Amino acid sequence: MAKTIKEINEKIQKGQAVVVTAEEIIDIVEEEGSKKAAQKVDVVTTGTFGPMCSSGVYLNLGHSKPRIKLGGGRTTLNDLPAHTGLAAVDLYIGATTLPDDDPRNKTYPGDFTYGGGHLVEDLVAGKDVKLVASAYGTDCYPRKHLETWININDLNEAVLFNPRNAYQNYNCAVNLSDKILYTYMGVLKPRLGNANYCSAGQLSPLLNDPLYKTIGLGTRIFLGGGIGYVVWHGTQHNPGVKRGENGVPCAPSGTLAILGDLKLMNQKYLVGASFQGYGTTLIVGIGIPIPILNEEICRFTAVKDKDLYAPIVDYSNAYPAREPETLGGVSYAQLKTGKITVQGKEVSAVPLSSYVKAKEIAETLKDWIKESKFLLSEPVAGLPGADSGYGFRPLIERPIK
Amino acid sequence: MKERIKGRSKVISRKIVLKFPHPLVDQPIICNLVKQYNLDFNILKAHVTPNEEGLLVLELKGEDKSFKEGMFFLENAGVLIQPLSKDINRNEIRCTHCGACIAVCSSGALAVDRSTMMVTFENEKCIACELCIKACPPRAMEVNF
Repeated sequence: MAKTIKEINEKIQKGQAVVVTAEEIIDIVEEEGSKKAAQKVDVVTTGTFGPMCSSGVYLNLGHSKPRIKLGGGRTTLNDLPAHTGLAAVDLYIGATTLPDDDPRNKTYPGDFTYGGGHLVEDLVAGKDVKLVASAYGTDCYPRKHLETWININDLNEAVLFNPRNAYQNYNCAVNLSDKILYTYMGVLKPRLGNANYCSAGQLSPLLNDPLYKTIGLGTRIFLGGGIGYVVWHGTQHNPGVKRGENGVPCAPSGTLAILGDLKLMNQKYLVGASFQGYGTTLIVGIGIPIPILNEEICRFTAVKDKDLYAPIVDYSNAYPAREPETLGGVSYAQLKTGKITVQGKEVSAVPLSSYVKAKEIAETLKDWIKESKFLLSEPVAGLPGADSGYGFRPLIERPIK
Repeated sequence: MKERIKGRSKVISRKIVLKFPHPLVDQPIICNLVKQYNLDFNILKAHVTPNEEGLLVLELKGEDKSFKEGMFFLENAGVLIQPLSKDINRNEIRCTHCGACIAVCSSGALAVDRSTMMVTFENEKCIACELCIKACPPRAMEVNF
């Protein structure tokens, strides 16, 4: 019999909900079948922990005395230029932001020691951050210069707002050329030296709800060790890609835009990262609970690594040139053995997404729900689905004459 | 450290870091070490800073007794000796066990335990090539010379 989120929440409040991780549900369904499992289990928890560049924070600093309008001026946080195109003391800063004087790739491959991702980690860790601002001054906001230490605990708001996270499936990156590549998928050695992949596979949130039957706008989630919400579909959401018989996309597909109170998060699950030759980013920990409302949803959550496929993409040509061809698909079960075969050659498979942390997140979320600390939310709207016609478009350039 | 018995004497192999103070940089110390004590050597890394000091990372192999005498010779000559295994460390708090380092680790010191997907680091296998230092996204690998 089908369940509702309200009924599941009642069980959670009584401490009676049966909660398992997306790894544990596999054996339960295998042993008892999806029908019995759906009756028995109320919630399946997922997790992922990987670099997600489309992440950042917005801050409201509080007003200085006399007042200053940072909007339209220039503000740096630990020497990183923040986006000031908002009201007087609102700022946004993204994970890939670099200091103006960072050498970038002038000395190739660049180191990218400190950037926006590291700033987010420092804020969450409660470290003081140096703010330097200059403004043009107005009658109502006369001040033109501001230099001060700020701390997350003193700010009005510090909100993690990530326009694209939790990719539903991702590429497995290889290098067919003769020179080493430094990419956002890590170091790729020449002539198929290694194959880097980045997904939690059978633990990954959107791979456990492939048709977005439960995850939608307003879904409450584990975000960076605190609580967040799905607020929109992510940028480049592309639900219309080819899917397997299990409904799971065979290529990068759905994405989520998410938001949560940074003040309640934990640096264990928000880690600043440097990709040699590429730039900085933020490693984000996300866990999404999936209410087992019926047998179909239960069956989706029991998906295994051997039934999930990543496309193998050449990052020496196909990816940068935006060519569509792939070198075939490979299952996450095969990737997790550490060896795959590409064009007849045995290649070492290297993960960039931490399965260890993904599991820890799924376990933590499970504990929160079991201990009645976390209730499920009812989504207020769905995400654009596989048959919605929604998809991402390439940029069509129009020369400016 | 690898050890095996060859005849009656034990053959040992160790990776060491040698620091040559400035006055020693232009002397044929390694040449003498190898000749006099019959040791095999493999240079893993060499770095000489003019007018300052020299740094050499070696894998040395030979009979136990000769090895010890060789070390004594180096010490007497004024060379500072450190075992290599102390030089590359993993910051256990920063490591997220993603696995990105595996791509560049040719010695197999960094590996994934397939049963847990944890990244393991075996100091003994590390040749201190330092490629993992910058390949690690959270920069958890640290070098201390």
